Amino acid sequence: MSDFGKIGFTEEQIDMLTAADRFCREKSPMEKVRSLIEDEQGYAADVWKEIGALGWLGIAIPEEYGGVGLSLTEVVPVAEQMGRRMMHSPFVATTLAAQAILAGGTETQKSEILPQIANGAAATLALSEQNGDWELANILAAATPDDKGYHLSGTKTFVADLGSADWVIASVKIKDDVAHAIIPKSSIPDSAIRREVIIDETKRCYELNLDRVLIGENDIMEVDKTDAALHHIHLAANLLSAAELTGAAQSCIDYTVEYLGTRKQFGKLIGAFQALKHPTVDAFVDYQKARSLLYTAAFNFARQGEGEIAVRMAKAKAEETLSFAADRSIQFHGGFGFTYDCDAQLYRRRAIFLASQHGDARYHKQKLADLLLKA
Amino acid sequence: MSAEIAEYEKDANAWFAENAPGPQDFMLPLTFMEVGTDQQFDFLRDWQRKVYEAGYLGAAWPKDYGGGGLSQAHQDAATKAMKAHHTPIMFNTIGLGWAGPLILDMGTEAHKRKYIKGILSGEDVWCQGFSEPENGSDLGNAQLRAVRDGDEYVLNGSKIWTTHGHYAKYMILLARTDFDAPNKYAGLSFFLSPMRVPGIETHKIRKLTGEHGFTQTFFTDARIPAEGLMGAEGAGWQVAMQTLMYERNAKGGQAGGYSITEIDPLEILDLARKAERGGKPVLEDPVIRERLVDFMIEAQAMRQNAGRAKLPPLNQDCPQALPLMSKLVMTEYLREINQFALSLQGTKGGYYVGEPNAVDDGYWHRHYLNAFSATIGGGTSQIQRNIIGEHALGLPKTR
Repeated sequence: MSDFGKIGFTEEQIDMLTAADRFCREKSPMEKVRSLIEDEQGYAADVWKEIGALGWLGIAIPEEYGGVGLSLTEVVPVAEQMGRRMMHSPFVATTLAAQAILAGGTETQKSEILPQIANGAAATLALSEQNGDWELANILAAATPDDKGYHLSGTKTFVADLGSADWVIASVKIKDDVAHAIIPKSSIPDSAIRREVIIDETKRCYELNLDRVLIGENDIMEVDKTDAALHHIHLAANLLSAAELTGAAQSCIDYTVEYLGTRKQFGKLIGAFQALKHPTVDAFVDYQKARSLLYTAAFNFARQGEGEIAVRMAKAKAEETLSFAADRSIQFHGGFGFTYDCDAQLYRRRAIFLASQHGDARYHKQKLADLLLKA
Repeated sequence: MSAEIAEYEKDANAWFAENAPGPQDFMLPLTFMEVGTDQQFDFLRDWQRKVYEAGYLGAAWPKDYGGGGLSQAHQDAATKAMKAHHTPIMFNTIGLGWAGPLILDMGTEAHKRKYIKGILSGEDVWCQGFSEPENGSDLGNAQLRAVRDGDEYVLNGSKIWTTHGHYAKYMILLARTDFDAPNKYAGLSFFLSPMRVPGIETHKIRKLTGEHGFTQTFFTDARIPAEGLMGAEGAGWQVAMQTLMYERNAKGGQAGGYSITEIDPLEILDLARKAERGGKPVLEDPVIRERLVDFMIEAQAMRQNAGRAKLPPLNQDCPQALPLMSKLVMTEYLREINQFALSLQGTKGGYYVGEPNAVDDGYWHRHYLNAFSATIGGGTSQIQRNIIGEHALGLPKTR
C-alpha cells in the first residue's frame, strides 16, 4: 500500500491555499455565483483579470516561459478553493491547455504561447466528441494537409470556456495518428461555435465545428509526444476536477449543516434527528477522506509512476463524496430542497457534470483495478 | 526525520526481524478483545514483556516510572517497525492506551509509581468498568454505587463487557457516588480499582463467535481504597470522557504498539485468486474488482488521514475532525472487509472455525464476527456519528 503515494505539502502550496481561500471567499459570494449564471461568459471579467494579474495562470508554467516555475501541486489548492466557492472562470481550462502545450508543444509553440498565458490570456482544450468516450484517442476529427498547412474537419464537444479563449488545442487525426492542433481563436468563424446546454449552469461549454478551419503547418504539436500528452492531460484534468469536487463538498456540507441547525420541526432543530445527522456525518467523513486523497495526489503528481494511482483514487472518492453530500442536501432541505433557489441543486449539478468529464468514479476504479489487481 | 530517529528505527527493525514470533500453531488474536484462552493470554503477555524490555514499548513515557524517556517520534518509529514485521498485538491495551496516559496526565505521583511499570511489562493487566447491563451507550446513566466509608469506598452493582476481566489486576471504573446530584453526570466518580478484593467476581460471557473473551463483573460490598479516586468526587464524567478520547485515538499519549491488527486489502486478493466462479478466478469478476478497489481506496484514505492529522496546514478546515473520526472509520472498515472476505470463498463461505476444509482455518469468519467488538465497544458507530456531528460539525445535540 505504501507506494500509492504519501501525503505532504510544499510551503508555496500552503501560501496558495491561504491566498486562494481569502480571494475566492471575497470575490465569489453565493449571490454573485447566482447572478453569473445569467451571464453569457459565466464569470466576472474583473475577477478573471485579477487572477491573471496575480500570476495564478502561470503557477505551473516554468520560469523560462514566463511562469512561476511551480507545478500542479500548487495549483490544486487554488482549484479547491474556487470549487468551494463555486467560482467559475477559464482558470482550469487555461491551466490544462498550458499543461498540454508543456507536455507536447514544440519549442516555438511553448515560447510563443505560454508567456501570454502566464500573463493572463485564456486557452482551452477540444478533446471530446459525439461518441462521449473518455478514452481520448477514440476520435474522428481530422487534419488533412494542403499546400498552406492543414484543413480540419469534424466536431468537438465540451470545449470549456471557448468564448474567452485565444487558442484552442484540438485533438485530430492525421491519417491514423492522433495529433494536437493549436488553433488561434481568430481563425474560427463565429458560426462554428455553439454554446451547449450543460447541467452545471455555472460553467460554460461549447460545441466546435472544425469543418471550415484552416491552420498553418507549424500549428501541429509534436506528434511523437501525443500519447504522453493525452495521458498527462487526462491525469491533470482529473486532479483539478478532484480539487473542485472536494472544495465543493466542503461548502455543500456547511450549507446542509447550517440548515439542520436552524430549521425546526416537531419543536426540535432537525439536526438533532439522527436520521438526518448520521448521513450528514457520513458525508463529512467522506469529505475528510477525499481531502486526504486529494492532497496526497497533489503532492505526488510530479513524481512519475505514483501519480496515476493517487489521482484516480482522489477523483473517484471526490466525485462519490460530492454526489452523496449534495443528494442528501437536496433531500434534507425538504420542500425547499426541490426548488431552484436552494443551493443544493448547484452542488448536485456540479458533481454530475464533473463526473461526466474525464471519467466517473466507476471508470477510474476499473483503471485502478487494472493497475492494482494482477491475476 | 532526524538521524537519531533513523538510527533508532534501524535498530528496531533489526530487533523485530530477529525476534518477531511468526505464525503459531494456535490462532493469535488480531485484536485485544479476542483473547479467549490462557494459551493466547500467556503468549501475548510474554511477547509484550519482551518488547518492553527491549525498549520498544513505552519509549516516550517518563523514565522515572518505567518508560524509556525518549520522544514520541522514537515510539512511532518502533510501532512502525512492529507493523512492518507483522508482529502480534500489544494486548494490555486498556493499560497501555487508556489508563496509562490518563494516569500520566492526571494521576498523583503515587499513582504513577504504583501503576505505570506494571502496565508496560504486562505484569498488571487492566480492564475497564464503564458499561452496565442497563446502561451501555447511555454511559452517563451508570448506576454502580460507590459509598465512602473512611478511607475506603464500598461498591455494589455490576459492570459488563469487561475485556480481560478474568485476567485483570486493576480496573478503571465509573461509579455513582451521589444519587442526588443535579444531573446524572454530576453524580459520577472515577476510580482506579483493584480487581482481586473480596466481593468482586467475574463471570465469563460467551461471544457470538462461540468463544469466551470478556466478562460480567459483579460487585457485592466490595471495599476499595479511596486513594484510587481519579480527579474529584463528582468529576467522574469528565475523567471518563478524557479516557474515551485516548480509547478512540482522538488524544495522544499512548504507550505505543497497536492493539488492533490492520488488514491490508492485498491480503484478501489471494482469496479472490483461489476461489472459482464458473471455472474462473473470482478475481476476474468486474464487480468483485470494483469492490476490492473500494477497499484499497479506503485503506489509502485512512493512512493519509493519519498523515494529514499531523500536518496542521492541511487540516485547518476542521482540525478536530480527523482524530474524532478515526475510530468510526477504522472499525467499520475492518467489519466490512472481513465481511467481504467471506463472499470471496464460494461454498466454503459456509464453513466455520474447526472445519478442516475451511479457508484459512476460518480466520475470516472469526474476525468478521469479532469485528463487531470494535464497532460496538468504546462507543458504538452510531454514538461516534453523534459525537462527530455535534463536536466537529456543531449539529444540534440528539439527547
